[in-house]
Amino acid sequence: MIITEQKKLEKILEHLEGSKSVFIIGCGRCSTSCETGGEKQVKEMSGKLEAKGKKVLGSVVIEAPCDDRLVKRDTKGHMAEIRKADSLLVMSCGVGVQTVAEILDKSAYPALESLFLGRTKRLGKFYEMCMMCGECVLDETEGICPIARCSKHLLNGPCGGSHDGKCEVDPKYDCAWHLIFERLKARGKTDKLRKFRGPKDYSRVIRPRKIESR
Amino acid sequence: MSLKEAIKSNKFIVTAEIAPPKGVDIEKLLEDAEILREMVDAVNVTDNQRAVMRLSSMSFCAKLAEKGFDPILQMTCRDKNALALQSDILGAYVLGIRNILALSGDYPNRGDQGGVKPVFDLDSVQLVDLIKKMDGGKDLRGNKLTGKPSFTIGAVVNPGSMPLEPQLIKLRKKIDAGADFIQTQVVYDVDVFKAFLREAKVPPRVKVIVGIFPLRSYKMAAFVNEQIPGVSVPDRVLKRIKSAKDPVQEGLNISVDIIEELKPICAGIHLMTLNNLQEIPDIIKRSGLI
Repeated sequence: MIITEQKKLEKILEHLEGSKSVFIIGCGRCSTSCETGGEKQVKEMSGKLEAKGKKVLGSVVIEAPCDDRLVKRDTKGHMAEIRKADSLLVMSCGVGVQTVAEILDKSAYPALESLFLGRTKRLGKFYEMCMMCGECVLDETEGICPIARCSKHLLNGPCGGSHDGKCEVDPKYDCAWHLIFERLKARGKTDKLRKFRGPKDYSRVIRPRKIESR
Repeated sequence: MSLKEAIKSNKFIVTAEIAPPKGVDIEKLLEDAEILREMVDAVNVTDNQRAVMRLSSMSFCAKLAEKGFDPILQMTCRDKNALALQSDILGAYVLGIRNILALSGDYPNRGDQGGVKPVFDLDSVQLVDLIKKMDGGKDLRGNKLTGKPSFTIGAVVNPGSMPLEPQLIKLRKKIDAGADFIQTQVVYDVDVFKAFLREAKVPPRVKVIVGIFPLRSYKMAAFVNEQIPGVSVPDRVLKRIKSAKDPVQEGLNISVDIIEELKPICAGIHLMTLNNLQEIPDIIKRSGLI
C-alpha cells in the first residue's frame, strides 16, 4: 500500500490560492486505509476549506484514482461540478493526483504527501518494506529487505553503527541486518550471510519505469 | 617507512588521523602535520567524517603526499556513486596516494548538511572488492584500464558491536575481498578487544590496527560511552577522567596505558586526537613505540 500523510492546511491553502471554488477527490484504497483521503477525511477537508472561505462544489471518493478506468467511471456523475470548479484538490498519492489532473484536464493539487510503500500492522501503524528496486534479494535475506529497511541499503551486512539491534541513524529504527541475522540464525541459515553480494544493478530503475505488455 | 613496507616488515604500525579544515586554509594544518614526520607510518585523512562537510580527503591527502607523508585516503560510500568512486580511485593513485580505507560512511542526518541525498551505491565490502579489481587492471564492469594502480587497502570494524557475529561475518568478507589492514573503532576496554580477536581469527597477513582516541574531559567520556554505538568506556576509565585535575593529560595517560596493554596483541595503533597533533609524539614516546 502507498502510505500517505495529509499536508498541513496552510500548505493546502497555499496550493489553492487563486482558486475560489474547489472540487475534492478522495481515494477509496490506500488513502482510505491510511485515513488520509477516505470519505471521512474528504468530508472534514470540505468543512475546513469552507471555513477558510473556499466554495466546495462537491466531492467524490474514487475507488482508485490511480486507475484511468475508475477515474472515468467514478467522476461521470460529477462532471458538471468538476467543470465549474476552479481546481481539484486530490486526497491521494501522487499517482492519483497525476492521473486525475490528466484525465479531467484540470488543475489538480495534492492534499497529501506520498511517503512510502508500506505494510499495515494495524490502523495508524505503517512500515516501509520495499523500495521497488526491480531486483529482489528477499530470497537471500530470509524475507527482510535490506534495501528498504537499512538506511544505507547495505547488501553485505550491518555497518559499524548497528548496536544492540538498533540503527545509528535513529535508535528508534531496528537495524535491518540485525533482524536478518537473527532470523537466519533462528533458522540455522547464517551461512547465507557469508556470500559476497555485488553492487545492485540500477539500470533496473531508470525512471520513469513502465510496462506496456499489451 | 610507508604503510605498505610497515605491513610487510611486521613492525608495530602507528597511524594518525587528520581531519581536513572546513575551508581552504590548509597551511596551519600542514605545518602541524610536520610533527608527525618520522613518528607515524601513515596519516589517515577523514572523508566528511560524521557527515560534516569539509575540504575533500583526496585534496589533503595529495598535499600530504607532496610533502613526503604516506596518506591513507578515507573513502566513504555515502557521497559518491560507483562511477565517481572509480575515477577517484584512479585519481588518488596519480596524486601519489597509495592507501585507501573503505568505509560505509555516517548517515547525513548525523552531520551539518542534513537534507543532502545519501548515495550508498556500493557498500564497504563492495568498495574493497572494487579497489582490488582496479588494482588488477579492470574497472567495476570488467573494462580494461590503461595502467593499473596499486593500493594498500584498509577496512574498518567495530570490536565492541553487539552482537558481534554479523560484524565478524562482514569483516571476513572485507578480508576475502582484499583488505590488507583493518583499523578498528576506538577501544577503551582491552578485554572487549581481546574477545573480538579471539572470535575474529584474522589471518596474519591482515594487520589489525586499533583505534585510540584520548578522552579530553569527563563530558566527552560520557558522550562517547553513551552516544557512539558499540563503544564502551569502562567505569575505571570514567573514574580516572572524572577525578583528574587535568583531564586532558589524564586522557593521554589512559591512552598510554591502553596502548601498553594492546602492544603485545595487535599489529598497530591508530591515533585520533581531533587534530591536536602535538599530542601524538608524546603518546608514541611514552608508549615506548619509538
